[in-house]
Amino acid sequence: MYAFEYRRPTSLAEAVSILGQSEEGKILAGGQTLLPTLKQRLAQPTELIDLSRVPELKGIREDGDSLFIGAFARHAEVASGDLVRQRIPALAALAGEIGDRQVRNLGTLGGSIANADPAADYPAAVVGLKAVVKTDRREISCDDFFTGLFETALEPGELIVGVRFARPEKAGYAKFRNPASRYAMVGVFVAKFGNEVRVAVTGAGGSVFRVPEMEAALAKDFRPEAVAGIAVPADGLNGDMHGSAEYRAHLVTVMAKRAVESCG
Amino acid sequence: MSCTVTMTVNGKAVTREVEERTLLVTFLREHLGLTGTHVGCDTSQCGACVVHVDGRSVKSCTMLAVQADGTSVTTIEGLAAADGTLHPMQAAFREHHGLQCGFCTPGMVMSAVDLANTHPNLTEADVREGLEGNICRCTGYHNIVKAVMAGAEAMKSGTTQKVAAE
Amino acid sequence: MATATGIGASVRRREDQRFLTGRGTYTDDINRPHQTHAVMLRSPHAHARIRGIDTSAALKAPGVIAVLTGADMAADNVNGLPCGWLIHNKDGSPMKEPPHWPLARDRVRYVGDQLAVVIAETREQAKDAAELVEVDYEELPPVASIRAALADNAPAVHDDVPGNVCYDWHLGDKAAVDAAFAQAAHVTTIDLVNQRLVPNAMEPRAAVGEYDAATGDHTLTTTSQNPHVIRLLMGAFVLGIPEHKLRVVAPDVGGGFGSKIFHYAEEAIVTWAARKVGRPVKWTAERAESFLTDAHGRDHLTHAELALDKDGHFLALRVATQANMGAYLSTFATSIPTYLYATLLAGQYKTPAIYAEVKAVFTTTAPVDAYRGAGRPEACYLIERLVEKAAHEMGIDKTEIRRRNFIPADAMPYQTPVALQYDTGDFAKNLDLALPAVDYAGFAARKAESAKRGKLRGIGFATYIEACGIAPSNVAGALGARAGLYESAEVRFHPTGSVTVFTGSHSHGQGHETTFAQIVAERFGVPIENVEIVHGDTAKVPFGMGTYGSRSLAVGGSAIVKAMDKVERKAKKIAAHLMEAAEADIEVKDGRFTVAGTDKSVGIGDIALAAYVPHNYPLDELEPGLDEQAFYDPKNFTYPNGCHVCEVEIDPDTGVVKVERFSAVDDFGRVINPLIVEGQVHGGLVQGIGQALYEHCVYDEDSGQLLTGSYMDYCMPRADDVPSFEVNWHEDQPCTHNPLGVKGCGEAGTIGAAAAVMNAVVDALSEHGVTHLDMPATPERVWRAIRQNRPAMAAE
Repeated sequence: MYAFEYRRPTSLAEAVSILGQSEEGKILAGGQTLLPTLKQRLAQPTELIDLSRVPELKGIREDGDSLFIGAFARHAEVASGDLVRQRIPALAALAGEIGDRQVRNLGTLGGSIANADPAADYPAAVVGLKAVVKTDRREISCDDFFTGLFETALEPGELIVGVRFARPEKAGYAKFRNPASRYAMVGVFVAKFGNEVRVAVTGAGGSVFRVPEMEAALAKDFRPEAVAGIAVPADGLNGDMHGSAEYRAHLVTVMAKRAVESCG
Repeated sequence: MSCTVTMTVNGKAVTREVEERTLLVTFLREHLGLTGTHVGCDTSQCGACVVHVDGRSVKSCTMLAVQADGTSVTTIEGLAAADGTLHPMQAAFREHHGLQCGFCTPGMVMSAVDLANTHPNLTEADVREGLEGNICRCTGYHNIVKAVMAGAEAMKSGTTQKVAAE
Repeated sequence: MATATGIGASVRRREDQRFLTGRGTYTDDINRPHQTHAVMLRSPHAHARIRGIDTSAALKAPGVIAVLTGADMAADNVNGLPCGWLIHNKDGSPMKEPPHWPLARDRVRYVGDQLAVVIAETREQAKDAAELVEVDYEELPPVASIRAALADNAPAVHDDVPGNVCYDWHLGDKAAVDAAFAQAAHVTTIDLVNQRLVPNAMEPRAAVGEYDAATGDHTLTTTSQNPHVIRLLMGAFVLGIPEHKLRVVAPDVGGGFGSKIFHYAEEAIVTWAARKVGRPVKWTAERAESFLTDAHGRDHLTHAELALDKDGHFLALRVATQANMGAYLSTFATSIPTYLYATLLAGQYKTPAIYAEVKAVFTTTAPVDAYRGAGRPEACYLIERLVEKAAHEMGIDKTEIRRRNFIPADAMPYQTPVALQYDTGDFAKNLDLALPAVDYAGFAARKAESAKRGKLRGIGFATYIEACGIAPSNVAGALGARAGLYESAEVRFHPTGSVTVFTGSHSHGQGHETTFAQIVAERFGVPIENVEIVHGDTAKVPFGMGTYGSRSLAVGGSAIVKAMDKVERKAKKIAAHLMEAAEADIEVKDGRFTVAGTDKSVGIGDIALAAYVPHNYPLDELEPGLDEQAFYDPKNFTYPNGCHVCEVEIDPDTGVVKVERFSAVDDFGRVINPLIVEGQVHGGLVQGIGQALYEHCVYDEDSGQLLTGSYMDYCMPRADDVPSFEVNWHEDQPCTHNPLGVKGCGEAGTIGAAAAVMNAVVDALSEHGVTHLDMPATPERVWRAIRQNRPAMAAE
């Protein structure tokens, strides 16, 4: 790891101010991706700005019909928190499948979505649950937030405060994990809001994406069989030694089916 | 660039001046001489470095020492009683031959204790899933799983394992 | 006599207290006063000429003490790392043995090949400075696979090795095999890949070099399975340090699985550099370095044919294997695909004629050497895939075809057509015991039940036999080994009756401190807590060949028995003196020395005291002291064998294979500590299952880069990937030629498991027309096999 300066703001305003003045500063949230990256000397930030003492980023609360989860919520809190488990059990289940127990004890929601790893789980839930990403300066719709491979709509110096998840009637997540890394090779989040259904896929492409054909089919008939015959094209999907684009495309259909099954 | 970190490690308050880029595991091993916590990989996967920070298991190779400033850290050295009496989970690993080369063992035991603390009724599947962040190359996990089930039971009943022949 | 701590008792391990409380001492736990830290500068290219190395900027970096290169080593007359086994070509000429410099001199030949060492006050400073070393590389084309190495006009990995062929070797009777094939009613053919694996001991390699300028003594502390071998190889061949000035210590070692047998460059580098900088030098691998530079395992391409008569009796076996040596010859690399592979091709069967050809090649990849099983898993996998394929093709039950071909127990000792003479084994009995354990009869019902849920179920068998207890030195020498393969032991009684045993075996997970103590405690009736086992230090242990090839108990244990025999012979003389009786009248039982027919007796403790306080002692006939040393050279290999059965269920939608049950029935000869033996089997099984389903070391063909360089991409089996196991054994076929009757158990699980799993996978897929699938049976491979519904997945 290269040397850096460590900063630990105690308020959102202070954090934003430090980040704004920083040259090549990086946010340290849970650190479960950032620290391995730094250890391999793949990044050389001038400062690390540790958000662990910023109170505005913490907590999980109801917000009208939605659930607001602070950016610093650890995966383990989301997985085991009573409120999440009661209101959006599929989200709790998804959080409980990220990484391993130790990673979940440190990794955070904000860190995960800001990093926008194509194989991360949370982006599927954010898009699937019509979430709104609240930052220090604005609110960003989930459909606008993820813009590409490791890319988001966040501006330089912009900090995620939390995410507001809409509460679905039914929702489910099915993940096919990479056998080695255990990241999502394909993860499909399905959520039903009245007549509207969302199908969000992570792991398969450069960034999370929706499958309109499946959404339309499920809106008409919310059963696994409705998506069983819908294939997504392999073109443009990720392919590596763990799974070709063709295989991932196939898994999208299988996991979509299973996500619907898991809704009960 | 250096900074001062203060934390409680295995019940003792410690303060040290460290480089900011110092990992918690490096702090424990190099600065405090607590070499029971091991480093087996660089990608946060093997779990040989697992310790408890404020009672929760974390990978100390993926946390800066300064992030643990102000916390209470327990390492494998802090698990047994001062007189050497093994913690029930340690005793169960011994009884069920849940270790061979011993390298993954400290992390495995620390993960297992956290798992047992947070799951009242562990099934074999819970244990196998709960240990996915700890890689062992020697045991094939069979005896680790047995040990964790038995250790969790012993933790619940507050009894230590009977000390076997020797 | 069965006691709570004697032979046959599941004594809880004595080493566990320190490991469980964080008090083990692994190499990286050791820090010396004034220690410096070494970081290796490693080639980012698979193949390149080194045009120049500029260390000037690095030398100016904070904390840097030295930056040393291959030129510095050359100036100090440091030699290359030796290969310990000479193989001869078919024409009798010797194999190609290009130099393997500890620091590359003019060329780097794999990603990770080290060409400079940076030594600094801290590790981070050394890493910082390593980035400042400027290397002028002229990139050369990589040769990343066996196929690439043998292609027409392939680039030469070594200029003086035409065609990249290290050796082209053969074993067996070609004419007899050809004749048998001409008579065959059926021939089963297979092409298979035994993929490259990374051993992945959880403790990364590490080494600390020290030099005492006042005495000229060198010390190397290293993660080794055999410190004496390292002392010999490094001292005599590489650095030119005589043994009496070189101490090698292998303290607690966190797993080896073969990968820590070999003499690695870093050991020589830190030992040499410690003298150059005048301070201790410590190096610890990061896991990324382990992936790049630990010797890898397996990596064979094989074409084989089995000739059968109309009833499924094996007539002959013909095998052609290509084996990857990597960029350089690691210590025992050359022996693995030859004498540890082809000699096992008879397996448990009375195949009368066998012919094997093995071509070993150089590639621009990490060196390949022994990995748990080392040659024998490759042999077992080949034979057992062929057998089940033949059974399927001929419509014979897979257990029945094996029964028809087993070497019967009453044919022992049995000379195979490929050099080995098996001493004991009852293969039909193994199978008989395995069948009820897996409820073979109930399999069809379970398969039907799976089918109802849309799943495919398969069952597969593997029988194996391995040659362990390596090895009779004269035999090994005749076959090209450049060292003896005995073991040494010293049994030292102390004046008050406690015992220290010095063994040349090395424990890095096997529990020798317990098992060996059990043997001594039982023999002399000494409480086990009064027996200490010392290993891993050339300054303490007289000599040792170390631990590999399931040899510790069979060879190292036998050496202890031999030393105990000497102790007992001397103790008998002392007892006779003490009791004023004739030596011939002394009877020994459980450490009591009794005058026959009387109640006069004396214990070993009293004898030890008399030996060290020789007031009443036959000083004119006998030296004082009770401390005996022995070397044991095995008379034959030992032949552990067994039958493994695996049942899998496959999800055809995803291709995911789940091991539902796994049963192992083994014959390890006599078992000293059942708890430890069971643990060895469990661990071995998961390494075999790992090869079958998960693990694959992959180099990019175009760039020669290692694609599976971390646990993010190299799939290690985890707790939730595998089931619990049913492990059984019988002890009625003890080894006939060693005093303990033991055969060894360390590698068995790995040898049988991969074949059993793959046979089960192919069985499950057979309804889709699949007759073979290469390892690892990843979800995508299985899914494609199902989808394509074609006879065979071609080798990649």
